[in-house]
Amino acid sequence: MIAFHEVSVRYPRREIAALTEVSLMAPRGALTAVVGPNGSGKSTLVRALVGRLPLTAGEITVDDRPVDGASRRALATRIAVLVQREEPAFALGVREYVALGRYPHLGLFRAPSRTDHAAVERALARTGTGALVGRSITELSGGEWQRIRLARAVAQGAEAIVLDEPTTFLDVGHEMGVFELLSRLAREGHAVLLVSHQLNLVARFADHIVLLHRGRVAASGRPADVMQGAVLERVYEWPLVVTRDPAVGAPSLVPLRSSARD
Amino acid sequence: MRASRWAIILAVLLTAAIAGVAYGTLRLTPLEVLQGALGTGTSTQVAVVRQLRLPRVLLAALVGAGLGASGAALQGATRNGLAEPYLLGVSGGAAVGAVIAVALHAPSSVVPLAGLVGALAAVALSLVVARAAGGQGDARVVLMAGVVVGAFANAAIMVALAGVDANAVRGALWWMMGSAADASWPQVRALAAYVVIGLVALLGLARAIDLLALGEDAAAGMGVNVARVTLAVFVAGALLAAGTVAAAGLVGFVGLLVPHLARMAGARMHRTIIGASALGGAALVVFADLVARVAHPPAELPLGAVTAILGVPFFLSRLRRLT
Repeated sequence: MIAFHEVSVRYPRREIAALTEVSLMAPRGALTAVVGPNGSGKSTLVRALVGRLPLTAGEITVDDRPVDGASRRALATRIAVLVQREEPAFALGVREYVALGRYPHLGLFRAPSRTDHAAVERALARTGTGALVGRSITELSGGEWQRIRLARAVAQGAEAIVLDEPTTFLDVGHEMGVFELLSRLAREGHAVLLVSHQLNLVARFADHIVLLHRGRVAASGRPADVMQGAVLERVYEWPLVVTRDPAVGAPSLVPLRSSARD
Repeated sequence: MRASRWAIILAVLLTAAIAGVAYGTLRLTPLEVLQGALGTGTSTQVAVVRQLRLPRVLLAALVGAGLGASGAALQGATRNGLAEPYLLGVSGGAAVGAVIAVALHAPSSVVPLAGLVGALAAVALSLVVARAAGGQGDARVVLMAGVVVGAFANAAIMVALAGVDANAVRGALWWMMGSAADASWPQVRALAAYVVIGLVALLGLARAIDLLALGEDAAAGMGVNVARVTLAVFVAGALLAAGTVAAAGLVGFVGLLVPHLARMAGARMHRTIIGASALGGAALVVFADLVARVAHPPAELPLGAVTAILGVPFFLSRLRRLT
């Protein structure tokens, strides 16, 4: 389980805190989603989790052990994190790239074991990216790249998976594929923490939603509790209505035009 | 990288080494090279091979191996295809340390250590400059910072030399242009220790460098302690640069050129890139030293000038991609 306990983060030389007393839990067996407008602190949350930003207050724990001070390598065997921005400086083969996910399991000089190879093959199969093997990551489309990254996170073999906007650049079909895979991983007992802008898909797939607004938790609960028109309208500062999607029965957000014409 | 590519690199290195021992004022056949090395040739052949050319070729090979491996690791860790000890000012810093040690008449065993201190100071300085300019992740800014630090290092050497005798100035020029002419067995042994330690450290860091090349946040998410690994790569890279500078002065562009050739030959993971760059760098510098000796007899060209002539066109072709 990943837990944030009243976490506050402030970027150096900034007046306003990026996160203020944020508490949330991503338990095993559930898909927990973090949503919120641009600049609400979603990515800051993930960067703090991987130790790239110091906390000014609070604590982050994974399986009740504090992240701060733990070995990053040991931590990475328990929690895989896909950050939002990743720009490889040099070309790599797809299989080599996915195999990088095994890093925390490898010694300094030991060659990858049969377990490592099996984990890579399984991750390629689960994410449906086996057909991309043999290509270079520099030749992939935006969507293929996202799925390869997902394969790398799965290959890491951690019980908790954190993903920051993993469906950017994906078309409808591949986006659904990713959400279904994350949902399946959660059912199998993983703790999945997903940062996403796709409110309607999150409302359908997530077990728990945390809505961030200006670095604070504005709402937290089951999708039906968080997907409230009044709350979302205030947070996103845009006129909108929340209806019930007739096809799937989940809450669905419909943004309105800013003028009164609609 | 395929095994056949490794075989080609080794064959090139071996050919360059044999040619390096064979060519010179006294020209030897490959058989005479072997006889000289084994001590079965004429006394002149044995003396030329064992006392003069073999240590020189080995020193050149170690210089190339150190610079190639250092460049490969620095390029990966800084995500910058133009990073290398010379352009990042690391070698310049090492030269300042070494020249100051020589000017103070420090014992010769201290010179590489002084070079290491200078190299680390240069690394710290160029990173601080790049960070202050707000472009730590920008290849061009880091490079500019390195160039500035390198220029500052040259100026510092001039200042350190003001008022010392002409012989010391001549010695300093030798540092700044690079040469393997004064090679001796003790120097070969000392540099071998530096290269082995640095190379083993970098090969141990290679997997973490693979991840750092994806970006610092991404690497952190996969279990890399970014600050610690980056520091370790810079220290190991500076160690290699300091060892080579103490042994042969400033030899530029090897660390830039060779890792790119390794990648073009199909090396993708940094363990392979670093290993291939060490072997390829050794071959390149042995060849460059041969050119330095035989191009314009009886005078010798500075080794650093030869590697620069080979490296500058390549540098320019890479620079075009950045702009």
